[in-house]
Amino acid sequence: MTVQSPSTARTPRTTRTPGADLPDQPDSLWRSAEPRRSYDVVIVGGGGHGLATAHYLAKDHGITDVAVLEKGWLAGGNMARNTTIIRSNYLWDESSAIYEHALQLWEGLEEDLGYPILFSQRGVLNLAHTLQDVRDSVRRVEANRLNGVDAEWLEPDEVRKVCPVVNTSADIRYPVLGATYQPRAGIAKHDHVAWGFARRADQAGIDLVQDCEVTGFASDGDRVTGVHTTRGTIAAGTVALCAAGSTSVLTDMLGIRVPIQSHPLQALVSELLEPVHPTVVMSNAVHVYVSQAHKGELVMGAGVDSYNGYGQRGAFHVIERQMAAAVELFPVFARAHLLRTWAGIVDTSPDASPIVGRTPYENVWLNCGWGTGGFKATPGIGSALAHTIASGEPHPLVAPFSLDRFVSGALVDEHGAAAVAH
Amino acid sequence: MQLIACPWCGPREEVEFSYGGQAHVPYPDSPAELSDEEWAHYVFFRDNPRGRFAERWNHNAGCRRWFNAIRDTSTYRFESVYRLDDPKPVTP
Repeated sequence: MTVQSPSTARTPRTTRTPGADLPDQPDSLWRSAEPRRSYDVVIVGGGGHGLATAHYLAKDHGITDVAVLEKGWLAGGNMARNTTIIRSNYLWDESSAIYEHALQLWEGLEEDLGYPILFSQRGVLNLAHTLQDVRDSVRRVEANRLNGVDAEWLEPDEVRKVCPVVNTSADIRYPVLGATYQPRAGIAKHDHVAWGFARRADQAGIDLVQDCEVTGFASDGDRVTGVHTTRGTIAAGTVALCAAGSTSVLTDMLGIRVPIQSHPLQALVSELLEPVHPTVVMSNAVHVYVSQAHKGELVMGAGVDSYNGYGQRGAFHVIERQMAAAVELFPVFARAHLLRTWAGIVDTSPDASPIVGRTPYENVWLNCGWGTGGFKATPGIGSALAHTIASGEPHPLVAPFSLDRFVSGALVDEHGAAAVAH
Repeated sequence: MQLIACPWCGPREEVEFSYGGQAHVPYPDSPAELSDEEWAHYVFFRDNPRGRFAERWNHNAGCRRWFNAIRDTSTYRFESVYRLDDPKPVTP
């Protein structure tokens, strides 16, 4: 794009500095703990799910002899790399139940954590571009309503009212034939969410141990007795795996097979722009999702890179297609600069649903397979997994997502039903 | 863009290829005798290593033939490519 000279630059419409309403960068919010030699509960993975589980173990169950082990820095994996979209408009009962549980916790989370997470319920549009899309979308709206999830079907003129920058003209390759709308959906500030959970867990006396990679497990029969780490061996009463894309590395050490494949998932941001995009827009067929972050960047994501990868980077042609899709849907983006791209490692499962629950070891709990959508579940899975750990029984909300559903055949097939297809 | 060396065509751009997942997963010898658990492992469970991985690729915008490759899933570097009827290379 051409650079505007000062004489032709437009006067800003608003004098408000983008990001002026954001809180200042906080001082240290938690202790970076030295690991002790033994804990009742060891959570492997200091991302959103691990930190949330720690928080709810303390808050709901009074369990505070807990360590969260993080191989890198706190919340520096997928928690730092996602596109922060929060919604619960999934098709199947099992999915909408856990995601709606999470959404209700999001609605009270700022108060619970006593920390600003900038949860903004600006709504999500899931666009329909073909007659089949329309039928599937209307079906999902009806299913959502039966499950008590707010959902509406919008015609193209109503889509335009919710998000005026979407191209709703009829002569584009994938015309917008309508959209589902969940007004309670939104975005939150992912770093603040992690910091809020970390702060609360730390205040409860839970040890957050960074730079502590698990290198093996000590076991005795069908119990794991401890974890070997780069910072020594730590005895554990119960172990919970919350390692997302790196789960297979851990389960390989345990000799457990889990049906997940780790893929790079890329996202990107534009430079800071004036507010132009008031909501969240997702398109399954054109294959992009977009929101505008609090500071003003356009945040976009798309599908995973096709091959397995642990490299936290992806191929450039995937970004190129994603940008093409974004410009098709939002012609106004054509002159925006791309600022930054990155990737996380997402653990995709055969039915696009998470895998949570028992393992062959009686005191090891599995939490993985959230694939491309784990952020939105953070408080929901945190509370359900904490309950599971505390009671020794899978919480009813996670029971349908057990590992043995791949043997029984009771899959929860969310492929393409509610998200960008992967 | 990464170049991938098709064993038949030579090095071509990554966008010409599609991914086929783990290689050397044989169809069960006696399908009728498999338990549900064995079927589940055949259908749904694949290795997911960090590091060397033997996997299938298809040169679908070129010769449209399948081949196998050893690729490192951390660096994405292809270490070798070989034909489907070749044995899996012995890696150090």
